[in-house]
Amino acid sequence: MSDVKKVLFGPILANNPIALQILGICSALAVTSSLSVSLVMAIALTLVTAFSSFFIAIIRSHIPNSIRIIVQMIIIASLVIVVDQVLKAFAYEISKQLSVFVGLIITNCIVMGRAEAFAMKNGPVMSFVDGIGNGLGYSAMLIIVAFFRELLGAGKLFGVEIFATVQNGGWYQPNGLMLLPPSAFFVIGLVIWALRSYKKEQVEEPEFKIAANSRSQEAL
Amino acid sequence: MEHLISLFVKAVFVENMALAFFLGMCTFLALSKKVETAIGLGIAVVVVLAITVPLNNLLYQNLLVDGALEWAGLPGVDLSFLGLLSYIGVIAAVVQILEMTLDKYMPALYNALGVFLPLITVNCAIMGASLFMVERDYNFGESVVYGVGAGVGWALAIAALAGIREKLKYSDVPAGLRGLGITFITVGLMSLGFMSFSGVQL
Repeated sequence: MSDVKKVLFGPILANNPIALQILGICSALAVTSSLSVSLVMAIALTLVTAFSSFFIAIIRSHIPNSIRIIVQMIIIASLVIVVDQVLKAFAYEISKQLSVFVGLIITNCIVMGRAEAFAMKNGPVMSFVDGIGNGLGYSAMLIIVAFFRELLGAGKLFGVEIFATVQNGGWYQPNGLMLLPPSAFFVIGLVIWALRSYKKEQVEEPEFKIAANSRSQEAL
Repeated sequence: MEHLISLFVKAVFVENMALAFFLGMCTFLALSKKVETAIGLGIAVVVVLAITVPLNNLLYQNLLVDGALEWAGLPGVDLSFLGLLSYIGVIAAVVQILEMTLDKYMPALYNALGVFLPLITVNCAIMGASLFMVERDYNFGESVVYGVGAGVGWALAIAALAGIREKLKYSDVPAGLRGLGITFITVGLMSLGFMSFSGVQL
């Protein structure tokens, strides 16, 4: 039981796919300017990761090693086509906002990375839980970033006004930079900083240490 | 001809895959510690893009687009919903062939790219280029130019980032930002710089 808990909740703080494993960053940057779009993306990705890990784990011992990538991609791509068609049918507006990024769930490294690193070595149930866990870790990051970008960039959350902006006669001057993609890099960078200040063991060792008390001329 | 040159310049600078569309970020951040590895990976991406984008273009124009199956006596069939599946199939196959070739003839590069070579398949830049090619309705010639241009742009960006990171390791970064954190901030600043290209009309 504690195993399941570790696999499910580990990826949220201790082994976050975006902050530590460097997986699934592209979409985290592109869709996070609005909270509702991020939420749909997060749900779609969690489902795809969980089910693809599950199916790959079922047939893992029958996949020849040299063509494993193609087999994995076919399973993932079929699931994404299902998600894409469902979104087009029931949430057309949001699917238009997501544009190519639904298709790019296929190439989201979290899905592929978990298939390759976990589902190829573990049973179907654990793989499913691992998929959900990593999906949650990704969702947590996506929602934090989208929260700050939408709040500071437009003064809104889920499209509902929180800060009255200057244009509508309020006091808040929206920060346009937060709606531009580069701000996502800054927000994620700062979240990583906060996370690593809290979880010290994630801090990376410096490759090159500056000797104590050296004057700048000596350092050169 | 002029049209193709401006398409190339646009693909390299104005619509840079990594810094303007943020595609291929995972490998972009994970493998940019050394200029040497970065250039190797950049070349691999150029090669894969130059093969897959035109190949997917042929596939799309001749099999998938609405009415493309007329030659087979099926004028009313629209298979474009199978696009995602077929593009990724082509990409995965090309990458697998490239992986086996590198393993056999260039073991040094194969060892350097290690676990990340399979991840070229899931490099969003490669899938993204194919999707943009379909969205913008390029013909075969344009798709060759666009594939090479997008690859060169991505390679340029990762080589530049690797150059910065090689220097950055000598600086005294706050503990929590060390490594990945400061890289995110650096890429953010680089992409701010590249945003100045976004107004250029060709």
